[in-house]
Amino acid sequence: MKEFGYRRVKHVQEALALTANDTGARYLGGGTNLVDLMKDEIEAPSQLVDVRFLPLSGVREAPDGGLAIGATTSNSDAAAHPEVRRRYPALSQAVLAGASGQLRNMATVGGNLLQRTRCAYFADPSEPCNKRLPGSGCPALPGEHHNHAIFDWSRHCVATHPSDMAVALAAFDAVVHYETLDGPAEIPLSEFYLPVGDTPHRETALPPGALITAVSLPKSAACPRSRYRKVRERASYAFATVSVAAALELHDGLVGRVGIALGGVASRPWRARVAEAALHGEPFTGAGLRDAAEAELAAAKPLRDNGYKVTLARNLIVAVLTELAER
Amino acid sequence: MNAPADVITDAVGTSRPRLEGPEKVSGRARYAADHPMHDLAFGVVVTSPVARGRIRDIDASAVLTMPGVLGVLDHRNAPRLDPQASGFFGPDGSMQLLQSDSIPHAGRAVALVVAQTPHEAQAAADALAVTCDAHPHDTTFTADHPAGRAALTVLGEDANVGDVDAELASSPVVVDERYFTPEEHCSAMEPHAATAWWDGGRLQAFDSNQGAFDVARTLASLFSLELDQVRVRSEHVGGGFGSKGLLGPQLILATMGSMAFGRPVRVTLTRRQVFLMIGMRPATEQRVRLGADTDGSLRAIDHQAAFEISPLAEWVENCPEGSKVLYATRAIRTRITAVPLDLTPPGPMRGPGLTPGSFALESAMDELAERLGIDPLELRLRNEPAVGPVSGLPYGSRNLAACLREGARRFGWHSRDPRPRRRREGHLLVGTGLAATAFGSSAFPSTASITAETDGSYTVRIAASDIGTGSRTALVAIAAEALRVGTERIRIRIADSDLGPAWSASGSRGTPSWAWAINEAATRLREQPHDPTRPVTVTVDTAELFTGRFVREVHAYSAIFAEVTVDPATGEVRTRRLLGMFAIGRVVNPLLARSQVIGGMIMGLGMALHEEGVRDPVSGRQVNADFAGYHIPAHADVPDIEADFVPEYEPDEPSGVKGAGEIGTVGTAAAIANAVWHATGLRHRVLPIRLDRVVEEMA
Repeated sequence: MKEFGYRRVKHVQEALALTANDTGARYLGGGTNLVDLMKDEIEAPSQLVDVRFLPLSGVREAPDGGLAIGATTSNSDAAAHPEVRRRYPALSQAVLAGASGQLRNMATVGGNLLQRTRCAYFADPSEPCNKRLPGSGCPALPGEHHNHAIFDWSRHCVATHPSDMAVALAAFDAVVHYETLDGPAEIPLSEFYLPVGDTPHRETALPPGALITAVSLPKSAACPRSRYRKVRERASYAFATVSVAAALELHDGLVGRVGIALGGVASRPWRARVAEAALHGEPFTGAGLRDAAEAELAAAKPLRDNGYKVTLARNLIVAVLTELAER
Repeated sequence: MNAPADVITDAVGTSRPRLEGPEKVSGRARYAADHPMHDLAFGVVVTSPVARGRIRDIDASAVLTMPGVLGVLDHRNAPRLDPQASGFFGPDGSMQLLQSDSIPHAGRAVALVVAQTPHEAQAAADALAVTCDAHPHDTTFTADHPAGRAALTVLGEDANVGDVDAELASSPVVVDERYFTPEEHCSAMEPHAATAWWDGGRLQAFDSNQGAFDVARTLASLFSLELDQVRVRSEHVGGGFGSKGLLGPQLILATMGSMAFGRPVRVTLTRRQVFLMIGMRPATEQRVRLGADTDGSLRAIDHQAAFEISPLAEWVENCPEGSKVLYATRAIRTRITAVPLDLTPPGPMRGPGLTPGSFALESAMDELAERLGIDPLELRLRNEPAVGPVSGLPYGSRNLAACLREGARRFGWHSRDPRPRRRREGHLLVGTGLAATAFGSSAFPSTASITAETDGSYTVRIAASDIGTGSRTALVAIAAEALRVGTERIRIRIADSDLGPAWSASGSRGTPSWAWAINEAATRLREQPHDPTRPVTVTVDTAELFTGRFVREVHAYSAIFAEVTVDPATGEVRTRRLLGMFAIGRVVNPLLARSQVIGGMIMGLGMALHEEGVRDPVSGRQVNADFAGYHIPAHADVPDIEADFVPEYEPDEPSGVKGAGEIGTVGTAAAIANAVWHATGLRHRVLPIRLDRVVEEMA
């Protein structure tokens, strides 16, 4: 681990000022990913600006009737919140499907959005990696990529985003709120993560030094009939192979609002808009659902060794939406 | 049937918690890297990034001026080692560290950086400039690799009983399948660590290993020292699973550091280094052919196994061992092939040979049962042998049938519909499977001393190892019984090479071997008239009694039953129930024995569903050299697991015991694989049974 400075801040402006003057500074939330990466020098910040004690914690009603989850809210508290569980149950399920109880107690909602891929090549400083060392190459593409992306990868990077929470947020049209020295701003989660392209090291649309302050869930996306299902290699404490967050409203057998997002398939939560469009406004039928899932996966470009994810994602969309429809 | 007639204590057969438990849970137990020491320096290992090649240069100049750095050892300045120093099977190049510029595998130690603090050593190691020339490498194992050659037969000659080809040709039902297991790693919770220093002219070490005496003897030979110039102690060891059976790189390098810098040096491998530097179970490919009559009588077993090896050191992954003793048949042929590749030399892991071998044989038996339309349990019972089918020797205690029958009763096997893919619970498929196992048992020479103290207590000394299983506690019970006193009068010292030669905690031979020496010493002490006002010591080395001849087939046995659920839409396999019935002779301490075999079963579960060392196809390096990537079962993967023992006494073995160390692991993978077949109707002959291998296209 490289030596680093540490500052605990009490005000957002104080945090922003510190990072404005030090481009090597990083915000510290729960540290559950950042500190691990620092141990292997995958991350080597000049200083950590500890934002855990900023007054950004808690879940509150948003002006539009939705919910706003403060950036420093712990994953555990976000998952346990009664209104999250009532209105956005898939979000609670997603958070609880991740990590362990101890890690969820430490991890924060803002930090969760910014966690790094678990690609083994990224995590091993002796390997090349375009995300870690731009231009050095992507050994996963010819190498071990059994758990890598099937959508929207590039020859520069085939890694997936590891978050469970972000997948549910994507299905619920979440908006990320942040603060810069220029004032507050917001960006839809659907635009928060950048396409891989030839810049896999640039992961989000956050301006330099920006501090995430909250994630909001619009009222219109609230959906008690929602579900997060995570497929993984063991029963707990593993990242998703493929996951799906889905929200479904049926009116007289017709599909009303439908939100579907996939995890473990791309460098960001993969919003299944093709499937959603195929389902929306149509009668809900098994055949229609399979066709919709098929249409979504038609755009998949599996790698040499991860074609099973196409089957798995298709099956998961069908299984979870069928389950939701039968409730 | 549980004890000799003249036993007057309940020492053996009673559950007692580990003697050192309070020390361990309160943090007072010191492991190899825990001992405080004056003037201690720390060594950090620098490893090769290439799978084969040559060191062109190591430029230590910048590092030598870094804070706290004492120096850098590499092939140019490290102490010279005896190239003839032997491991399990003769001269062992894996121990020849820092002796040449040649790089035989990725993760090979190329330098040791020594500094005043661990952090200074790590920083310097990170900064050390090592330039390597990469040479073409081959890390891709296949059974028909052109470099393959016959493996050593020191663990048992190939079986050539009867005419296998003729029996197969005339068998109405034949199974002929190939089975694959990947590289698997022990990676015990305590990483390999050692502290070495010189005390006068004597090399002293705290080391994490499974046999302090064997390690000391090898260390002495490697550094061309007399045995009495070396003392190795391993009071507490945080798991080994085979990987600490031999002299490890941590102690070789710590010793070099202590010689070069004249002060105590501690070397602790990182988790990644444990994966990369320590011998793993080699990948195996096995072809099993079984021929049977329609009534299920076996006519032939043909078990041909190949495994990977390193040119640096011999290793035998003796997969067909169980095929020589489990079942009666007219013809048996076994062959083992070693394929040299540019790998870390493989080594012992959790039932070496037998464990992957059991996966192949017991999967094949299940396939045979399927084709015959005979219950898998019944098929095994119909092929109980009267004598060893290869050796011709009579069996010692053999209660495999009792394990199968009692396990079946407890598991509810008999209500099973034999047809696959019949049991559904919602979207889940449910299946059950079983496997039978034999694991060879015997006692090897050891030295034990017992002192009758003047206060009526006894001090037992033996260089046994307790790698976390509770052997210290078990040996106190064995000594108490042998001395006809209560356990409270026994004091024990173990894990110190100065206590004399002793078998290590390996091969499931630890407790029988140590019990032998303790029993002999106790008998002689009891028979020897002595003055109770003066302490008297008796020392016995059972090497003087060891004939090396075995007149009976003595094995531990087990039957493992598994129930799994499979979600065909996702490929997720979860083990719902595991039951193991074991015949391990007399059970010294039921609490600890149960814990040990349950641990073994969980290791087998990991082998079945999770564990797999994955190599990059281009670089040849292991990609998942940590617990983030190398999955072992989490608690949630083991919801209901039970183990018990059939009553047994093995008259040919000391205290009536047989080995319990590895048999828990051996049959579990096949039982689970057979259950997955029963659930889905699809055979999985490649481990682990990953979800991508199970997921089905849904209609």
